[in-house]
Amino acid sequence: MTAYYLARLQFALTIGFHIVFPASSIGLASYLAVLEAMWLRTKREAYLDAYRFWLKIFAIVFGIGVVSGIVMGYELGLNWSGYTNKVGAILGPLLTYETMTAFFLEAGFLGVMLFGMKKVGPRLHFAATCAVAVGTHISAFWILAGNSWMQTPQGYRIVDGRFVPTDWLAIIFNPSMPFRFVHMMGAAYLSVALMVGAVGAWHVARDRKNDVARLMLSMALWLVLFAAPAQIVAGDAQGDNTLRYQPQKVAAMEGDWTQPAPGAGEPLVLFAIPHMKTERNSATIEIPRVASWYLTHTWAGTIKGLREFAKNDIPYVPIVFFAFRVMVGLGVLMLCYALLGGFLRWRGKLYDTRWFLRIAVAMGPAGYLALLAGWTVTETGRQPYTVYGVLRTLNSVSPVGAPGVAGSLAAFVVVYAIVFGGAMTFLLRLMAKPPEHGEPDVPQVPVRSAGITPGPAGAVPTLPGAAE
Amino acid sequence: MWDLHAVLSLVWAGLIAFGVLAYVVLDGFDLGVGILFLIERERYDRDVMVNSVAPVWDGNETWLVFGGVGLYAMFPLGYSVILPALYPVLIAMLLALILRGVSFEFRFRATGAGQFWWDAAFCGGSTVAAFAQGLVLGGLLQGIHVVNDAYAGGWWDWLTPFTVVCGIAVVIGYTLLGSCWLIWRTEGALQHRNRLYAGRLAAVTLALMVVVSLATPFLHPQYSRRWFSWPGILLTSPVPVLVAAIGLMLRRGLRQNHQWTPLLCAELWFALCFAGLGISLYPLMVPPDITIYQAAAPLLSQTFLIAGAAVIIPIILAYNAYAYWIFRGKVQPGTGYH
Repeated sequence: MTAYYLARLQFALTIGFHIVFPASSIGLASYLAVLEAMWLRTKREAYLDAYRFWLKIFAIVFGIGVVSGIVMGYELGLNWSGYTNKVGAILGPLLTYETMTAFFLEAGFLGVMLFGMKKVGPRLHFAATCAVAVGTHISAFWILAGNSWMQTPQGYRIVDGRFVPTDWLAIIFNPSMPFRFVHMMGAAYLSVALMVGAVGAWHVARDRKNDVARLMLSMALWLVLFAAPAQIVAGDAQGDNTLRYQPQKVAAMEGDWTQPAPGAGEPLVLFAIPHMKTERNSATIEIPRVASWYLTHTWAGTIKGLREFAKNDIPYVPIVFFAFRVMVGLGVLMLCYALLGGFLRWRGKLYDTRWFLRIAVAMGPAGYLALLAGWTVTETGRQPYTVYGVLRTLNSVSPVGAPGVAGSLAAFVVVYAIVFGGAMTFLLRLMAKPPEHGEPDVPQVPVRSAGITPGPAGAVPTLPGAAE
Repeated sequence: MWDLHAVLSLVWAGLIAFGVLAYVVLDGFDLGVGILFLIERERYDRDVMVNSVAPVWDGNETWLVFGGVGLYAMFPLGYSVILPALYPVLIAMLLALILRGVSFEFRFRATGAGQFWWDAAFCGGSTVAAFAQGLVLGGLLQGIHVVNDAYAGGWWDWLTPFTVVCGIAVVIGYTLLGSCWLIWRTEGALQHRNRLYAGRLAAVTLALMVVVSLATPFLHPQYSRRWFSWPGILLTSPVPVLVAAIGLMLRRGLRQNHQWTPLLCAELWFALCFAGLGISLYPLMVPPDITIYQAAAPLLSQTFLIAGAAVIIPIILAYNAYAYWIFRGKVQPGTGYH
């Protein structure tokens, strides 16, 4: 195993671990903002109870997102200094804007959001929640601008082997950026909605009168009902964009090695095992012409096959191919789930259909799995390049030897396993606790005003079970 | 030489240095609280300590992100050389920050033995992160071997007696910041104990500052020229005088039971050390060879980012100050959402 593969493996592990948490932060912060807005408007306690329930989960998710994000900011320079040295002048400013416009905003107001309800009052507290929610979106904007630029680079020239910016608007609003942004936001909302729906369904199944749980399930299903079809449309649009700018990625997604004869149409490959050596598939199950319909929006269109590209210009096909099927398959399941939920709601049986509640629980992780599969498609599909068509991944690594990268990879695996284990334990424990009225928030402690006079020793009363 | 590119290179070096200093003075105290954590045996005291930094710690750590990505953006060469050179140290720092960061939440959720382990992770992570940051400081000061714009040294270049002393100095210094923070934010017996710790820690911190300062000029001829010959000495001679004056203020603040002057004095010490570091290094970014100007990103990157930074950084400072203001006063346990 060379340092190159170890560095890639490490990046896949750390970014895969990381992305789950900011995606959850995007969705949860928006959900919390909606809940608090509804509470302020209607004064219905269930909204506040749901808010407090998910706030505890948000705190954990956000914290892990922060620390795993710090890793990403430094890992680039540690393992990929060839890349950072060449693209720093372009991607660095985007990430710095992300830090300045989003991270500080989120971190600055997160404290108020978590601890400040009693100190600033409900309206200002709501403003803090909104600031955090807006921050998560700004963050996504910049990071997706950066990632999209790596997929569809423009607005630069190369001087002495380094990328030099020539047009910032072209860099930020590069051709794949709007599509990727919309698709990723949809993924974040869907992931969180499915999780919220699962938790709601779990508690409705145990106590169908629990109106906080019913609220969660109901809100989640409304969102999925609109977002799942929208996400499919957005994904199709991003696919068209990818076909235009990164044709070999689409060919790999489709498992298409050779272009069919003109007019023959592209088959939809339901299943196959792609082989890199022989450049063909085995065990293929396909439906004729269907792929033409969603790729070219005709029944006869064809796309370039993988063999028409240089051998060292195509990604490792099996990963792209299978990850794409996982993502699309989960997307179809989400659509069915949303329609089923809509139908049951229309019939007034949403909270009483036990088999549906079980499905809702099972769909809990579906959004996250689809999200990870989708990122696998787009990132692995960009290989063998870091900056598509310009900078090869092989020329992006650091001059760090395999033992160093292997050692740090092992350390990351161990620490991430501990953190992930802890996170799952505590998150599932919080989710399994039924949401109830008067969801505990701030214990009633007399808060001393700002004082520079010292209190007498031992003046603070000991609170039994404080901070539980 | 003094064209716009050079000016902006210097401005950006200053802004990134400001970000790193902001990180040190802010995360310094919350890492320090972590280092002191296991000394307190009572659950109650530990909860107070965590709650004193819980609302602000991730804002503090955001400055570390700013320093990192700012360096990446504005000095890609510096970033691409320094990080691989300090590879094992930075990996250790990142892992330590992860364990410590999640402990904030996990320790409240864990029960029984689990809680002890997350408390230990909080303390251990804070200590390792602080030590690693000291090693980074020492490793950068003593110089990085670069060939063809890439790190060309070995695995263990960063490990020398000098860097280890720097590491210890940062751990002790952060602990001092942590104890001074707790003097300000807590009361009663916990505050009293930290006043005692702070006095001893200040003495050790001062001693280590002197050791590091005396050793630094011998690392590199530029440093000794800067510190001991004209005109550098104009800039450098006030530094030790100010350090001594602030030390006296710190002692007075501790003896007279001031609430926040000890923290202010300890932070000023850090700022002065940082200024001294800047005086030594300028115009180098990566000693001994790479200057700020050589490492700088192209002009269009600098102007694009400075336009935003000029507007946004003051706003960031304003709302972060506001967040600190909201959580002013003495901390009570259990004032969270847990």
